Amino acid sequence: MRKELLKYGMQTLTKNILDRMYASMLRIRMFEEKIVELYPEQEMKCPVHLCIGQEAIAAGVCLNLKKDDYVFSNHRGHGHCLAKGSPMRPLFAEFYGKATGCSKGKGGSMHLVDAERGILGTSAIVGGGIPMGVGASLASMLKNEERVTAIFFGDGAYDEGAFYESFNFASLKKLPVVFVCENNFYATNSHQSARQPGCRISDTAAAFDAHGVCVDGNDVIAVYKAARDSVSRAARGGGPSLIEAKTYRWKGHVGPEADFDKGSRPKEELDYWVERCPVKAFRAFLLEKNVTTPKEMDEVASAIKAEIDDAVSFARASPYPEAKELLEDLYI
Amino acid sequence: MGKITIVQAINMALSEEMQRDTNVVIIGEDVGKDGGVFRVTEGLQEKFGPERVVDTPLSELGIIGSAIGMAAYGIKPVVEIQFMGFIYAGLEQIFSHASRLRSRSRGRFSAPIVVRTPYGIGIKPPELHSESAEALFCHMPGVKVVVPSTPYNAKGLLKSAIRDSDPVIFLEPSRLYRSIKAEVPEDDYTVPLGKAEVYQEGKEITVVAWGTMLHRAAEAAEGFDCEIIDLMTLKPLDEEAILKSVRKTGRLVVVHEASKSGGLGAEISALVAEEAVEYLKAPILRVAGPEAVIPMARLEDYYMPGKERIRKAYEKVMLY
Repeated sequence: MRKELLKYGMQTLTKNILDRMYASMLRIRMFEEKIVELYPEQEMKCPVHLCIGQEAIAAGVCLNLKKDDYVFSNHRGHGHCLAKGSPMRPLFAEFYGKATGCSKGKGGSMHLVDAERGILGTSAIVGGGIPMGVGASLASMLKNEERVTAIFFGDGAYDEGAFYESFNFASLKKLPVVFVCENNFYATNSHQSARQPGCRISDTAAAFDAHGVCVDGNDVIAVYKAARDSVSRAARGGGPSLIEAKTYRWKGHVGPEADFDKGSRPKEELDYWVERCPVKAFRAFLLEKNVTTPKEMDEVASAIKAEIDDAVSFARASPYPEAKELLEDLYI
Repeated sequence: MGKITIVQAINMALSEEMQRDTNVVIIGEDVGKDGGVFRVTEGLQEKFGPERVVDTPLSELGIIGSAIGMAAYGIKPVVEIQFMGFIYAGLEQIFSHASRLRSRSRGRFSAPIVVRTPYGIGIKPPELHSESAEALFCHMPGVKVVVPSTPYNAKGLLKSAIRDSDPVIFLEPSRLYRSIKAEVPEDDYTVPLGKAEVYQEGKEITVVAWGTMLHRAAEAAEGFDCEIIDLMTLKPLDEEAILKSVRKTGRLVVVHEASKSGGLGAEISALVAEEAVEYLKAPILRVAGPEAVIPMARLEDYYMPGKERIRKAYEKVMLY
């Protein structure tokens, strides 16, 4: 096995790391699929933006981060939190609008927070988290703390001025931050080519004198390696990187349904990307290379299933927030 | 024609105005092929082509700013912002430029844009999808602010907004989008900006409201002799309509879902205090949202002024 991995230029990728990549991706996939299963019950009281199909990016990036490194996420943030290590209970509870949710049942799926794991709070504003991520990385530099910040955003956020202003500032100050653009080609239902003339997001980095790289976002190893380079560059004072990871979301912009019947996207496009499922492909790779046995994989899946079942029961059994919660945690 | 929703009435107004004036252009995220988040612009791109129903990148600042430039050139852009919380990214262009272009160019240019956006609580998404920040816009000189409350006035007000020579922020209560239906004439008619309407006549309490809260205030009025005023245009305020009613009833309750402090209720209260205090029999009361971020799901019901809170205000002013 060792030899095979060497052949792929992955001499530092141990079985442990590879297994964790798989487990992380599978955990996101099964989590999201549970939402798809439960959503029609109409007990989850919030819009959900699912990341099925995009799991390799969150998994590949976050495996390079320490627990106290910061992650800034967006409206499609379940995967980022899970990959950063967030437990499932407060996430499911949040979707159910319960007091035990990570946002106390007040924010829902678009407003996730996990202070212990450096997730400072996500929002629905596309691109809104990018400047804040830059600010956090500037603070960590000013305080001389060895922290790297990863900012996840989509190809839609690349349209927003906030991205350019932030990336420019980050590069000017050589901040320890990694910009991760999950390019799934769609902002709601607008294709990238209808919004951007060049469609070469990673090339932008050059204009800001920073490092840019474009990877196959469905190849977890490719993402992992790009992120490893970028995180170590950031940590040693080399400034920001822009990783563009090309991928595809299998579901519609919002909700558990596919959106092909509405004519938003061609079905052939989905078929093409489902063929290139990041989880399935990596599973096949691990089996082919004899890194992991089917039995080990089944055990991983059972453990995740147990975690999901526990989290859903917890969420269902939790109380709703009381009315007074409306006035808690405010500035005034 | 049967009864139609506010969504359909707005679509009708847009379609008619585009037919009437080839300078009217729609611009926004997913407004064309997709017909917008709430399907308000559905079918318009097919009808008028992609040059007049323009899909844009995700760029609220860029969209609103482009509309200002287009308007100065002579086009009549109708911008759609997907949710009111997303308008904040474009405020700079509205406040720093649209609102003052006529003054800045010393009367040579103006920016007659319309910015439409779904507004207010009502469909249970969380913050930024449920904002009611109308007072921000009312505060800025040079911007008109309009909130329809029925399919009829939605169509008529939007037509007036498009024909107006000033920037208009057109706030569409998302809770009402499909929840009320009414007959709407297919003819060309307008509802004038700057004019309030007596929604329900009464003698003892003047109730001022708009959008979703107009209907709440009316529901709560059973058993009270309320004169309910639908403001419709929040800026400029129809001061005469408010004062006339207060001079008759001697009592004023303002109902809005935005938070109380610095809200439009404060402006209306001050107007009445300045101009009609001698007619007042009771303190002016405001029923408003709390100083809080709009929460999700069932907490939303605690946030939004409900029938009971409104009735309490009516009861209280009637004690005097």
